[in-house]
Amino acid sequence: MSETFAPATLAEARPASVVTEGLWVRGLLIAVAILFLALFLVLPLVTVFAQALAKGFGAYLAAFTEADAHAAIRLTLLTAAIAVPFNLVFGIMASWAIAKFEFWGKNLLVTLIDLPFSVSPVVSGLIYVLVFGAQGLLGPWLLAHDLQVIFAVPGIVLATIFVTFPFVARQLIPLMQEQGTAEEEAALTLGASGWHAFRTVTLPNIRWGLLYSVLLCNARAMGEFGAVSVVSGHIRGLTNTLPLHVEILYNEYNFVAAFAVASLLAGLALVTLLVKSLLEWRYADEIKAGARGH
Amino acid sequence: MPGATEGRASERTGGSTAIRVENLSKTFDTAAVLHDFSLDVRAGELLALLGPSGSGKTTLLRIIAGLDFPDDGRIVFGAEDATRLPVQQRAVGFVFQHYALFKHMSVAENIAYGLNARKRSERPAKAEIKRRVGDLLDLIKLSGFADRYPSQLSGGQRQRIALARALAVEPRVLLLDEPFGALDAQVRKDLRRWLREIHDRTGQTTIFVTHDQDEALELSDRVAVLDKGRLEQVGTPDEVQEAPVSATVLKFLGDTIEVEAIAQGGEVRVDGRLTPVRAPGGLVGPVKLYARPWQLQFAEGDGAHLQGLVRSSYRTQGRQRIEVDRPEGKTVVVEAADTHRFAAGSPVGLRITGGHVFPN
Ligand SMILES: Nc1ncnc2c1ncn2[C@@H]1O[C@H](COP(=O)(O)OP(=O)(O)O)[C@@H](O)[C@H]1O
Ligand SMILES: [Mg+2]
Repeated sequence: MSETFAPATLAEARPASVVTEGLWVRGLLIAVAILFLALFLVLPLVTVFAQALAKGFGAYLAAFTEADAHAAIRLTLLTAAIAVPFNLVFGIMASWAIAKFEFWGKNLLVTLIDLPFSVSPVVSGLIYVLVFGAQGLLGPWLLAHDLQVIFAVPGIVLATIFVTFPFVARQLIPLMQEQGTAEEEAALTLGASGWHAFRTVTLPNIRWGLLYSVLLCNARAMGEFGAVSVVSGHIRGLTNTLPLHVEILYNEYNFVAAFAVASLLAGLALVTLLVKSLLEWRYADEIKAGARGH
Repeated sequence: MPGATEGRASERTGGSTAIRVENLSKTFDTAAVLHDFSLDVRAGELLALLGPSGSGKTTLLRIIAGLDFPDDGRIVFGAEDATRLPVQQRAVGFVFQHYALFKHMSVAENIAYGLNARKRSERPAKAEIKRRVGDLLDLIKLSGFADRYPSQLSGGQRQRIALARALAVEPRVLLLDEPFGALDAQVRKDLRRWLREIHDRTGQTTIFVTHDQDEALELSDRVAVLDKGRLEQVGTPDEVQEAPVSATVLKFLGDTIEVEAIAQGGEVRVDGRLTPVRAPGGLVGPVKLYARPWQLQFAEGDGAHLQGLVRSSYRTQGRQRIEVDRPEGKTVVVEAADTHRFAAGSPVGLRITGGHVFPN
């Protein structure tokens, strides 16, 4: 008696099974999927690095020695350094309020948090221009106080905050809802202050979901193009972020430099993907509650 | 069983009031959950709050703890009005039905949480905390478990940790919300006895919520029976069983058989035949007689108050329970010695040997 069945015998033994397609069907499906991935994901990524290194490593590095490139990197880091912590704090506060309390207008708040995901980033940018621009709602007041928002760094930061607004909150709301309030209440009855309970009970319970959402938030903050493009004004060395810098270089037919800078963003994406996969693999339980909310 | 309550804490302490619940009202949205609810809890007693699901037991416990606030009424701890006191300052130990242990902390860290949460000036030294945790682990018989995590423990063990965590802060009252509700029958029984032992040893004033009458009657010094947000009766297990104040209390404390009866001059008749049950003075006319399954006997001829046909029977722990269909359609359950088996369909007569009557 043989204990090892050939696949064919197995299929015959369970004719009712849904996975009884012939081997060639399965093979074809997998091949199509891989081809599709290669064509639309891997090929572009390889092209980015290939083009960036087309004229050798020296030319690649030269793209970063440029003052404008430095400025773009600095501005991108600055924007992310403001937008991510802001959304982190706001996201935790909003999810805390939504998950753990009942209050009037809660559904409206949840809908508002989702807004940036459902509005085109270009429209988001335009809204900022309409509010803060010279002809905008607050334009005269800003002008009178010598404050420039649009075509300046504040506008870029505001637009970035807006488009990356939902990442943390949307991840944490379902996670916190699932965890309920029992542990916090236990902490309070044991004499802990609200802040102590938050630090020692709530935060540790959401830490991996939080890290995961910060990662995605950061990737988007550094990579955002549409909204930032509208409010930036594309002033070289002043209001160019990395994605905008790539566009300018590309439009100037400076392909090596364009792809070199783009490779930075691609690298960021790859690192994000890697850490994200690691987190998903290691802390699946704590992340999946949030992922279901997306 | 008069000996059963001997030496219980309430009798030892003389019963000064530890917590006074005064005219409490609470409404969620539009649904009233507690109506003008008053109750005194004596120092050192183990009081069971018994009531069906949804009767407001958890709400009452949460208001006492300061996790919820009443619309009206007061909570008084000793001589201090605690109605508006925040939960942290009430010094209550709360044990949740689903444990609510801190998942990311070890057993020892869980137990020490309340001590570590104190202001630096009031916090015991590290060595002292360690000693207290060790003592509590001994008390709950989980000495080797200090470094485990909650996920590595059984339900019963988790609930014991939760109790130790609550006891660590030396609360003035221990509040347990259906602490054994999520456990299986055998573990429940063991933990019940164990909780009684701990209570006898510590003399800790304890309020214990349950919807299981056996648990309440076995464990507590006094039972408070709740229904629909009102206090129906409070008394020792013997008092509530021997002299229930309402049909609701009586029905909730165990299986009952309901029979139409006529009361007159203190006597109660069923189908024209006198029963040994006495009606309270003033209760005259059609009434309901409630008897327990063991307050019915098989009888023949004139001795029987009720007639019926045996539907089925089953044995349980040396006794048997027989379902009898009565002519008007109701089925009653009779408990009898497991000596003679009745065939399904055989006609039987039933004699009422005890019970209570309440107005229709
Ligand atoms: N936070 C709340 N919001 C709305 N209704 C509630 C809330 N808590 C309890 N209730 C309602 O109050 C009633 C009593 O609940 P509860 O005190 O939990 O009863 P028990 O613990 O006796 O089962 C129930 O009908 C329940 O639906
Ligand atoms: Mg309850």
